[in-house]
Amino acid sequence: MRVMAQMSMIMNLDKCIGCHTCSVTCKQVWTNRTGVEYVWFNNVETRPGLGYPKRYEDQEKWNGGWVRNKRGRLKLRSGGRLKRLATIFNNPDLPVIDDYYEPWTYDYDMLTKAPLSTESPVARPKSLLTGENMDIKWSGNWDDNLGGSQETAADDPILATMSEHVKMEFENTFMFYLPRICEHCLNPACVAACPSGAMYKREEDGIVLVDEDACRGWRMCVSACPYKKVYFNHKTGKAEKCTLCYPLIEQGKPTICSETCVGRLRYLGLMLYDADAVLAAAAIENDQDLLEAQRGVFLDPFDPEVIAAAKAEGMEDDWILAAQNSPIYKLISEYKVALPLHPEYRTMPMVWYIPPLSPVVDVISTTNNDGEDARTLFAAIDKLRIPVEYLAGLFSAGDVVPVESSLRKLAAMRSYMRDINLGKDRDESIPAAVGMTGTEIEAMYRLLAIAKYEDRYVIPKAHVETARELEELACSLDTDGGPGMGGPTSTAGPYGKTPGMPFNATVDNYNEMIGKGGEKTKPTTPGRINLLNWNGGGRPDGLFPPVADAGSPA
Amino acid sequence: MNPIDFLLWVAFPYAAMAVFVVGHIFRYRHDQFGWTSRSSQVYENRLLRWGSPMFHYGILMVLGGHVVGLLVPKEWLEFVGVSNEIYHIGATWLGSIAAVLTLAGLAILIYRRRLNTRVLLATTVMDKVMYALLGATLLFGTTATVLFQVLGAGYDYRGTISPWVRGLLSAQPDPALMSNVPFFFQLHVLSATLLFLLWPFTRLVHVFSAPIGYFVRPYIVYRSRDTHRGSGARKARRGWEKSVLPTSARDKDAARR
Repeated sequence: MRVMAQMSMIMNLDKCIGCHTCSVTCKQVWTNRTGVEYVWFNNVETRPGLGYPKRYEDQEKWNGGWVRNKRGRLKLRSGGRLKRLATIFNNPDLPVIDDYYEPWTYDYDMLTKAPLSTESPVARPKSLLTGENMDIKWSGNWDDNLGGSQETAADDPILATMSEHVKMEFENTFMFYLPRICEHCLNPACVAACPSGAMYKREEDGIVLVDEDACRGWRMCVSACPYKKVYFNHKTGKAEKCTLCYPLIEQGKPTICSETCVGRLRYLGLMLYDADAVLAAAAIENDQDLLEAQRGVFLDPFDPEVIAAAKAEGMEDDWILAAQNSPIYKLISEYKVALPLHPEYRTMPMVWYIPPLSPVVDVISTTNNDGEDARTLFAAIDKLRIPVEYLAGLFSAGDVVPVESSLRKLAAMRSYMRDINLGKDRDESIPAAVGMTGTEIEAMYRLLAIAKYEDRYVIPKAHVETARELEELACSLDTDGGPGMGGPTSTAGPYGKTPGMPFNATVDNYNEMIGKGGEKTKPTTPGRINLLNWNGGGRPDGLFPPVADAGSPA
Repeated sequence: MNPIDFLLWVAFPYAAMAVFVVGHIFRYRHDQFGWTSRSSQVYENRLLRWGSPMFHYGILMVLGGHVVGLLVPKEWLEFVGVSNEIYHIGATWLGSIAAVLTLAGLAILIYRRRLNTRVLLATTVMDKVMYALLGATLLFGTTATVLFQVLGAGYDYRGTISPWVRGLLSAQPDPALMSNVPFFFQLHVLSATLLFLLWPFTRLVHVFSAPIGYFVRPYIVYRSRDTHRGSGARKARRGWEKSVLPTSARDKDAARR
């Protein structure tokens, strides 16, 4: 068992109102530069819909993710090592920019600088790639709120896998939003496909990153990612992707998409998993068993054996504690309401979703039935095959059982808590019907409905003190007598044992360092007087610095 | 010794070699962020799908041919049974196929670069210089081959150019070997030398990042947290400088007044 920690996210889709605030703030922080105009590390799709880039889920076309070969081993769908290097001069599966959309701006200057004329001036759209006038035909969320979807939605790759009657009916049945970021997979296909070895998974928190210095722009990661969440910066010629806002995560703060989420639907926390078990789980034969296989890779952070193994790997106590308090662990492993997006890609994604109950509730409400009555809801989940089947196409490789189970738990929570809020007796048969207890339902209600900030984000700080030590080691000139003299082993100077940079150099720290913690009145420079102790009379020795020698500038 | 000969066939090649080596080392150490193939595939793929593999596979064949023709002494090949005639037929045939592939590929690539506005706007001045030199080198080389090897009786460059190259590499340069070489071969060699001189400063550096290590490394790469960033104690590397806040046009106007 090799215990590793993974910073993961869960999104509660019932609460997403499709406001795109996450996308906009993410774009402002990360991709508001030339070269990545068309890039949205975070995007929100209306489903059913084509997604961004267009039809990215159609792996017959894009060849993203992994497949299990006849010998039962995992293989990148786009081919093995030899084929990858043979096709390095032209990546056969790469989406071109038009599959995302051609980025544009408007000729705003025209509005104020146009010469006097009888017509009002117009700001025409200009392509950001060519500078020419362009017709806008598609964008990142062109089919937002099912706009124009009577023409396009039939191309939704998930609908295509469903039975015929669905296509006819879905328009008047349901719609929901699907915010997407990088999945920070346990078995990332992008990392495996990178010929330069520039992509990596961080050992500490599992965040998948691109080393911009090592990237040589072969673009294999872009096509190998089945979620199409690695992008090519056409200006710098390097790959870029969602970083899970690691500079914030390292400080224990949530990502910018989570922080600014209006619906407060995102959860961040650690998941402990057994890195040695990942490959076998991802190579399991049946697509529909992948969900259970991935759940099996996760480790119980309360298990003494797991804790001992984690400590043996060098995991700090606060990280183990954070894993125990993690909302992710609760939603995935305890309540089992969260599901992964497209487990059949075999990348073991780590951004999971709580499927939306609202399409079901909406249908019940339009038929004038009680949308919060447990029995009506349970019956509707059983009967409303269309949304359930569609959700199963997204979250469980087409298996409706886990989706139904998750939706039934949400429905149970809804009606059980309504009774409490209305002051009625608790109906313990409702939680029992979904295999939970009333206490569990209430705890889940606190996490999902009240959703306090500190419950949603349980993020341990990165251990920077280790990083700082490494930083000091990094400079080979910091040896005694070298040009960067005064490194970690040097004893010169009053701060002899401190790292090279005199950060936090206060009097108290100094005294503590030389072992005189109690004696806080001693001046920091020998021979100087501490002004705090000066009574204001006379001119004691050491009040002023020594008089400079003639000729010296000081 | 003719001073012009010395300049062209000793001084210039050595200068190019020095710039080539030092330039690559310098750029590798100071411009990792700029070290990329700068692919334009996301702009346009219909033409590139044909042009790029044709050019690249062609030029790899050309490279192989040059290694055999220039670096392997004639006597060694004869020792393993490759006579002058066999070599000549092989080199001319394979070389012609490679040349057709490479030139056709390059023609597609240049056509695409010139006529697709997206690609054209992403082209730097250095790209244009590099394209001109690369095209010229290929054209001179092909012309020389066609004139002397295909149409003519055959020119034995393995008696002149090849020993000259090996002499350069073994620090025993002999400019006399090159002085009577046909004009198109001379032109080919000179433009190639100039291309080598500019190489480290163009996108051609991507040749040296051919990802051979991909065959042996494990699929999933794990790495520890980055340690080089952010303390401010050291100067940021190129490409990692802190961004400067954009100044609005109004501020600039005010500053000018």
